[in-house]
Amino acid sequence: MATIRFEGLHHSYRPAPRDDADADWALRGLDLEWGDGGAFALLGPSGCGKTTLLNLISGLLKPTRGRVLFGDDDVTRLEPGERNIAQVFQFPVVYDTMTVFDNLAFPLRNRGVGESEVARRVGEIAAMLDLEPTLGERASGLTADGKQKISLGRGLVRSDVAAILFDEPLTVIDPHLKWRLRSKLKELHQRVGRTMIYVTHDQTEALTFAEQVVVMLDGQIVQSGTPVELFERPHHTFVGHFIGSPGMNLLPCEVDSAGAARFAGVAVPTASRGAGSIRGKRLELGVRPEFVRFSETGIPVRVERCSDIGRYRIVDLAHGEHKIKMLAAEGVAVPSESGHVTFERHRTQLYADGWIVE
Amino acid sequence: MSSRTPNQKAWWLVLPVVLLVAFNAVIPLMAVVNYSVQETFGNNEFFFEGVRWFEQVMQSSRFREALTRQMFFTAVVLVIQVPLGVAIALAMPRRGIGVSICLVLMAMPLLIPYNVVGAMWNIFALPDIGLMGRGLNTLGFDFNYTRQPTAAWITLVAMDVWHWTSLVVLLAYAGLSAIPDAYYQAAQIDGASRWAIFRHIQLPKLKHVLLIAVLLRFMDSFMIYTEAVVLTGGGPGNATTLLSIDLVKIALGQFDLGPGAAMSLVYFLIILLLSWLFYAVMTKGEER
Repeated sequence: MATIRFEGLHHSYRPAPRDDADADWALRGLDLEWGDGGAFALLGPSGCGKTTLLNLISGLLKPTRGRVLFGDDDVTRLEPGERNIAQVFQFPVVYDTMTVFDNLAFPLRNRGVGESEVARRVGEIAAMLDLEPTLGERASGLTADGKQKISLGRGLVRSDVAAILFDEPLTVIDPHLKWRLRSKLKELHQRVGRTMIYVTHDQTEALTFAEQVVVMLDGQIVQSGTPVELFERPHHTFVGHFIGSPGMNLLPCEVDSAGAARFAGVAVPTASRGAGSIRGKRLELGVRPEFVRFSETGIPVRVERCSDIGRYRIVDLAHGEHKIKMLAAEGVAVPSESGHVTFERHRTQLYADGWIVE
Repeated sequence: MSSRTPNQKAWWLVLPVVLLVAFNAVIPLMAVVNYSVQETFGNNEFFFEGVRWFEQVMQSSRFREALTRQMFFTAVVLVIQVPLGVAIALAMPRRGIGVSICLVLMAMPLLIPYNVVGAMWNIFALPDIGLMGRGLNTLGFDFNYTRQPTAAWITLVAMDVWHWTSLVVLLAYAGLSAIPDAYYQAAQIDGASRWAIFRHIQLPKLKHVLLIAVLLRFMDSFMIYTEAVVLTGGGPGNATTLLSIDLVKIALGQFDLGPGAAMSLVYFLIILLLSWLFYAVMTKGEER
């Protein structure tokens, strides 16, 4: 078991990628370190490079540039079978003609493990995954979630596995089983203490599974942090918008000579202090709907719609052409036509060209 | 329940299919059934004979010998073509320009008219002027397919392998291309050997296309006529007289309509029975 580290990782699917053309690259320079035994998630929209990164870790792809290190060992050029990793794919992969037992035993037998040890390990893992009753059955007869458990089991069964990688493993699972399998994963992580890396475009999956979430966009890491950090202090407007439901409000703004942000002629206090290098950049205010409040003074708004979603109501507001969403808790009075709002200062950030102003 | 007058005119819509099937299959088949129970001496006069022709066919050693040759030919052809076809499909490139080149090369023999294939091999194997026949003789083999039964059989089987292995290749290649990458990736991570990948991923996933390949090759090889007639004409002697060749000799050569018809029906039933057997064996245990 070991930490997983990337150094200057670049990858391109083209034979001769040009350095100055971003479009040529699937990954554009990643530096990151993941501690041993953690639960990590790679989150991002389709095509952001998260699966590429996963395949670089498992060795199915070799990076165009940069290094992958497990602990102090450089594994960049090692084949998948030589690395201590296991991978669960989007679609369940089982060996159809084998029984569930033989499926689970396959990675061990390929590595020349003795039969008594095989039986012991398989028994242990089958118990953990609730696969015991089906051990003697053909794997092809199982349901999708059963098959996905086998894929996972083939990773868990190896004692040498340092990390288990998941590539959107719940895509083909029925909704009611998704929840069960997800809790199972969480439980397993706590029991076996292996590093788990989970790729998904679903924020709920990422945020519930992982201790640390890496948000990717266009082949780059935009932010890496705990779910709380991503929620409270998004480093990029993309993170603000992608995480949270509804996402962060983004409003174009100006900064006056005193360094205060102004929207609609109203000064808006923010958590951002330094306003050093924002000259000539596109400025935006970012505030989550959770931190918008009605008040006597502030930004004048029209109330357009109010939808009840249970414990909260989503209120659609508008100032001119700019839409603002807010979450109003039970008991908060919502004006029928118009009113004023303020933003909670410590949860309001200034963004310049998409990136946070510290 | 509402009472509606049923509109019977819709039956007319079925008519084209009924006519097609009738003229294409039912009427010709019934004509054969008709011939198989009658005797004629010309003048369009027929006499009912019952099952006499069937008894004659079943008891004739000529039929049994032709059937044995036919079974032997089909078995040899299947045993060579199916594994060879799978092996070639496995060796073919997965991407790049090589794919198109290989596919075109493989499709080529399938596009050549049957009698041309026969004629090509007829000349190719001639001991005096054919490249293969002359070559073998130059190398010191005594090879003359017009006189030696063994040589005739080797040429016949070689011709069929050349002509039809591509069909198995194309089917198997399509089957292999349909296997998602994740299987190979998982196998790589599980540390599977090349043989284990073939045995546990590729072969099981090819099962259905191989069933089709075996059925098609069985039926086609069991009915082979044109190429074989052009190549050897059933000779030397009767050494390569397969069922269809014998059938044509009886029905058209000797104009024995009754025995010919009876033999056609037995031939047809054998193909039906064996096809069903193949299918049943290969899909056994699939439905639960």
